[in-house]
Amino acid sequence: MSTKTDKIDRLAELTASTETATGGSLWVEAWRRLKQSKMAIIGAVVIGAFVILAVIGPWVAPYDPTAQLWRGEVFTNRNIFVGPRAENWFGLDHLARDEFSRLLVGARQTLLVGIVATLLGFTIGALVGGSAGAALTLGGKLGQRYDTVVMRVIDMMLALPSLLLAVTIAAVMGQSLTTVMVAVGVVQIPIFARLLRGAMLAQGGKDYVVAAQALGVRKRRVALGHVLPNSLSPVIVQATLSLATAIIEAAALSYLGLGNPDAAEPEWGVMLAQAQKYFDAAPMLAVYPALGIIITALGFTLLGEAMREALDPKLRS
Amino acid sequence: MPLLSVDELTITFAGRGQRDARAVDGVSFDVDQGQVVGLVGESGCGKSVTSLALMGLLPGRGVRLGGRAEFDGTDLLTLPAARMRDLRGTQLAMIFQDPLSSLNPVVPIGVQVTEILARHRGMRGEAARKEAAHLLDRVGIPDPTRRLKEYPHQLSGGMRQRALIAMAVACAPRLLIADEPTTALDVTIQAQILELLKELVDQEGTALLMITHDLGVVAGLCEQVNVLYAGKVVESAGRRALFDAPTHPYAHGLLGSIPRLDAPRGEALRPIRGSINDRIDWADGCAFAPRCDRYTMECLTGTPALTEPHTPGHQARCVNPVLPEGATSPQRTEATG
Repeated sequence: MSTKTDKIDRLAELTASTETATGGSLWVEAWRRLKQSKMAIIGAVVIGAFVILAVIGPWVAPYDPTAQLWRGEVFTNRNIFVGPRAENWFGLDHLARDEFSRLLVGARQTLLVGIVATLLGFTIGALVGGSAGAALTLGGKLGQRYDTVVMRVIDMMLALPSLLLAVTIAAVMGQSLTTVMVAVGVVQIPIFARLLRGAMLAQGGKDYVVAAQALGVRKRRVALGHVLPNSLSPVIVQATLSLATAIIEAAALSYLGLGNPDAAEPEWGVMLAQAQKYFDAAPMLAVYPALGIIITALGFTLLGEAMREALDPKLRS
Repeated sequence: MPLLSVDELTITFAGRGQRDARAVDGVSFDVDQGQVVGLVGESGCGKSVTSLALMGLLPGRGVRLGGRAEFDGTDLLTLPAARMRDLRGTQLAMIFQDPLSSLNPVVPIGVQVTEILARHRGMRGEAARKEAAHLLDRVGIPDPTRRLKEYPHQLSGGMRQRALIAMAVACAPRLLIADEPTTALDVTIQAQILELLKELVDQEGTALLMITHDLGVVAGLCEQVNVLYAGKVVESAGRRALFDAPTHPYAHGLLGSIPRLDAPRGEALRPIRGSINDRIDWADGCAFAPRCDRYTMECLTGTPALTEPHTPGHQARCVNPVLPEGATSPQRTEATG
């Protein structure tokens, strides 16, 4: 008899505990799934390493990245380069500077350009797209007209090849690091705007929106309280993926000579551009910064893809 | 005077370069204060569109509304959008089919309930939270204070539907429209939800317009039943009358196609042939004729009228109605109203 009641008690305990075991909000749930994803962990580790490198780079760099300390050993006109050796792990660049130090210090600029450009594109793009989406959700002639005007401008931006647009902006603004950030950021604006507006439109027809309307919830509240929060996840994923493209595009702009005018200041894109001239004799000088760019971009892409999966409501259990 | 009086409601969808599609073709029915009225029919017969039209939730473009739908003396179909928004939630409320997709997935239940309290009753902060917990408690959600903090995906299907019902009755509406509220739920939960709806209707005197394809739901809940076919009411009767003597061949066929425990062993179900066809127009005769066992050439001469073939108050739109045994020959009296 007593064993039976014990059993029942235990059963009750079990059923009680499973109820609280399930996760919390969308973000808590997404975080839980991110932690289980190998892709996310690899991406996060790569990004983490890159960020740490960018922060501490200037202090751990063994030599001054701008100083030509081994001037007597490199002769570009005679194709004499110095490869990896004990004191210079990655060898010397074409101006006899320590390649390893330059890579370490250059990480900071590359990261800065990526983040600032993406933030710029994300903020303006989300504002534009969000306002257009909200205007459409609110309905009415005015909202539709606003959406039409804004989105046609965005379409025009999207119609230009992104690199061409960036080059144009860089050419207008002149050579500087800020130029690179702005140029790369502006290119991202239409992507974010279209994405957020599209997501809001898709959400606007969902059952819960109709249900909220059926209970008399005001349109403004429906647009900002219901539609917008549900439309954010694709935009956040895009932001992560954009960091990768921003880094590559910033490198491309630097490569084209539209970046920081002070060529002595190390930046991966510039380093890649400069190494091109000596690619026959010292191919590794191009490989190092290229690998750096590829690995970081890959890190952001992996994390972005993992976030896309974690935030996808269709995959949620 | 009935609370809601729908008179010759027509809903036409006009697509660019397409033939107009008439989803609802002259539907009339009444809902009295505190009454439970069923709107029954298979998918595509116009039930859900009717409910959306009554709530003013159909998109403005591409939809033409005709007829009248008087709610307490005001025509819902011509009401300005702003006035309609004020009515929704306070006078009219609606419960939808799928409770998961009808709740915002990224917002806790509590916010979604208090939002309505804030909108219509001006309640905020602690008072709103208290009232929300009280509402959840009333629809039978255990531990309501904890549930308020949870997200829709953390609740079970039945609990989600209860939460939606709580939101719908938050401001004590006079008419509740339930569009297949139990279709997405397990059978046991269905019974609980129906029980809850019945209880709320009994306690509050709320009128309920029950839209369903499930005759079992009708049998358990509705006082008056309207059977829809291809956008028209083909039979309208009290619940008992309909189940005792289904008169329109369609209603007759529907009841005949339900599996029953008390049917003789080995008896096969009698399904209705074919499926609904929206290309058929009532103007060319009875839209059900192609699927009907009883049709004659007479069926194809104009729209059949709604008549009372055997019992007063039991209307059917058929020239060859199924008459209950022992009934006198068809009287063919024109139905009034």
